[in-house]
Amino acid sequence: MSSIVTPASERSTTWERVRYWLPAVVVFALGIATWQWVLPDLMHVEAFVLPRFSDVMDALWVERAQLARGAWITFKEAIGGLVIGSSVAFLSALMLARWRPFGDAMMPYMIAANAIPIIAFAPITNAWFGLLSPWSKITIAAVLCYFPVMVNSLRGLTSVNPESIELMRSYAAGDAATFRRVRIPSSLPFVFTALKVACVLAMIGAVVGDYFGGSTESLGVVILSSVALSHYEIAWAAILMASLLGMSLYASISLIERYALSWHPSVKRRG
Amino acid sequence: MSEPAVVLLEGVSKVFGKGGVTALQGIDLEVERGEFVSLIGPSGCGKSTLLRIVGDIVEPTDGEVAVNGKPARRARLDRDYGIVFQAPVLYDWRTVAKNISLPLEMLGWDRPRRAARIAEMLDLVELTGFEKHYPWQLSGGMQQRVSIARALSLSPALLLMDEPFGALDEMTRERLNMELLQIWAETGSTVIFVTHSISEAVFLSTRVVVMSARPGQITSVVPIDLLQPRTYETREEPRFFELVTQVREQLHATGADEVEKKLVQEDELR
Repeated sequence: MSSIVTPASERSTTWERVRYWLPAVVVFALGIATWQWVLPDLMHVEAFVLPRFSDVMDALWVERAQLARGAWITFKEAIGGLVIGSSVAFLSALMLARWRPFGDAMMPYMIAANAIPIIAFAPITNAWFGLLSPWSKITIAAVLCYFPVMVNSLRGLTSVNPESIELMRSYAAGDAATFRRVRIPSSLPFVFTALKVACVLAMIGAVVGDYFGGSTESLGVVILSSVALSHYEIAWAAILMASLLGMSLYASISLIERYALSWHPSVKRRG
Repeated sequence: MSEPAVVLLEGVSKVFGKGGVTALQGIDLEVERGEFVSLIGPSGCGKSTLLRIVGDIVEPTDGEVAVNGKPARRARLDRDYGIVFQAPVLYDWRTVAKNISLPLEMLGWDRPRRAARIAEMLDLVELTGFEKHYPWQLSGGMQQRVSIARALSLSPALLLMDEPFGALDEMTRERLNMELLQIWAETGSTVIFVTHSISEAVFLSTRVVVMSARPGQITSVVPIDLLQPRTYETREEPRFFELVTQVREQLHATGADEVEKKLVQEDELR
C-alpha cells in the first residue's frame, strides 16, 4: 500500500539491510557522478541546459535565505490547496455516496470537469483574487487536488461489500452509523492513495501558479527570474527545493497513512 | 394460547425489478422456537433471498412476515436475530474482540459489560486468546467462528445463516457443524440455515425445507428424526442415509436438474 521502500522485515540483520539498500545507494551515487562529471566534461552539456551538480549545490548554499523564503511561501500555498481541496473533495464524496441519485446525476459532469486542464485557469485566478493574493495559487492547487481525492473517496465509500452493509442493517444501524463504522473506515486506503497523488499535484499547482503572479519572493518567481537572468544554477537549486518539499509532503502523508491504517495487512505485515 | 412461532411466513413472494424475475412465490413457513430448519434447493431458488426477507434486509413484494410475533421490520429494529453470511464479513480495521463488540456498541453497552460478553463469546467459539488478532491473521474457519460469535453476542432468539460453511474445507466444515450444534443446544436459539449440501442439512436440522427454482417455491418439508444430540457417528447411521436419500429424491423431483441444465444453457447463450 505505502510506496515508501522499507526493509522486507523488521528482524532483518544489519547485513541484510545493507544488501537491501545497496542497489539504491549505488544508483544514487552513479546518478550524481553522471550529473557532476559525465554530462559536463565528457558529453559537453552546456550549463544553460544543465549546470554541474556542484554549481547547483553552491547556488543552493549561497542563495539559501532567498530560497528558503520562497520555499516557505510556495509550500504554504501547496499545503493550503491540499488541505482545502482534499477536505472539500472528501465531503462531496460523502454527499455523493449518501444521495446516490444526486451522485449519479453529478458524476458525468465530474468526470468531464476532470478532463479540464486546470492549469489553464492559472492566469485567470489572478483576476478573481487580485494579482498579489496567495489565494489564486491556493485555488489552483485545491482544484487540482479535488478530483483525484473525490473520485477515489467515492469509490472507497461505495465499493463496500454489500454484506457489510446488510450486517449493519441487521443491527438496526442508521445511515450515519453505517458511514462512520463501515463506509468511512473501508474508504481510507483509497483516500490515502489519492492524497499521495494530490500532494504532488498541489506542489505543481503552487509552483505554476507562482509563474503568473502573487508574491515576488515565491519559489516559482525565483525560478522564473533566475532563468531570465541566465542564473541557471539558481533556477535548478529552486527546482531541487521544490522537489524536496514535494517529497517531504509525500513522506508525511505516507507516515500518517501507516498510523491510520495500522490495521491494514500491508502495514501490519511489515511490523 | 401457545407461544407464537419464531418465524411465520404467509404467502410471501418476491419479484425483482418491475415485472422482472420472480424469485419467490407463495411461501408459507412456520418455524417454532428451538427448531433448526435448513433451506435447501438448486441455485436460483431464492433461499438466500428468503433468509434476507426474514431478516428484513430484503422486502417481500407480497405476503406477511412475522418474527417473534411482530412484523419483520420491528424485529430487526429490536435486534431479534443474528446473521452469518457465507463470507465472514469481518471488519478488517477491527480486531477479533472489536468485531464481536460492534453490535454491542450499537446497542450502547458500556465497556465492562462489552468486555465480559466478548470473553464469553470467544469462549463459546473456542477462540480465547485471539482477542487482539486482526481478521486476516486468522484461518477461514476461525474467521467464520468470529462471525458466529458476533451474531450470537446479542443472544438473539433467532440465528439466520446463509451457507456459513460453504467456503470451508470438508474437515473444518464437519468440526464447525458440531460446534454449531453445541452452541444451538447451549443457547436454545432457533436456527434457519441455508445450504447447498444435502448431508449437512440432514445432519444439522430438525426439519429440511426443499425448494424449487423459477419460481422459488417450497416443494416439500422433510422432518429429520435423528436422535439428539448428533455426534460424529450420526453420519454413519442407516437412518441418516435414508433421510439423505429422501431429501435427494425430493430435490430431484423439483426438477432441479432441469433448472440447472437450463441455467447452464442460458449462460452459454450469453
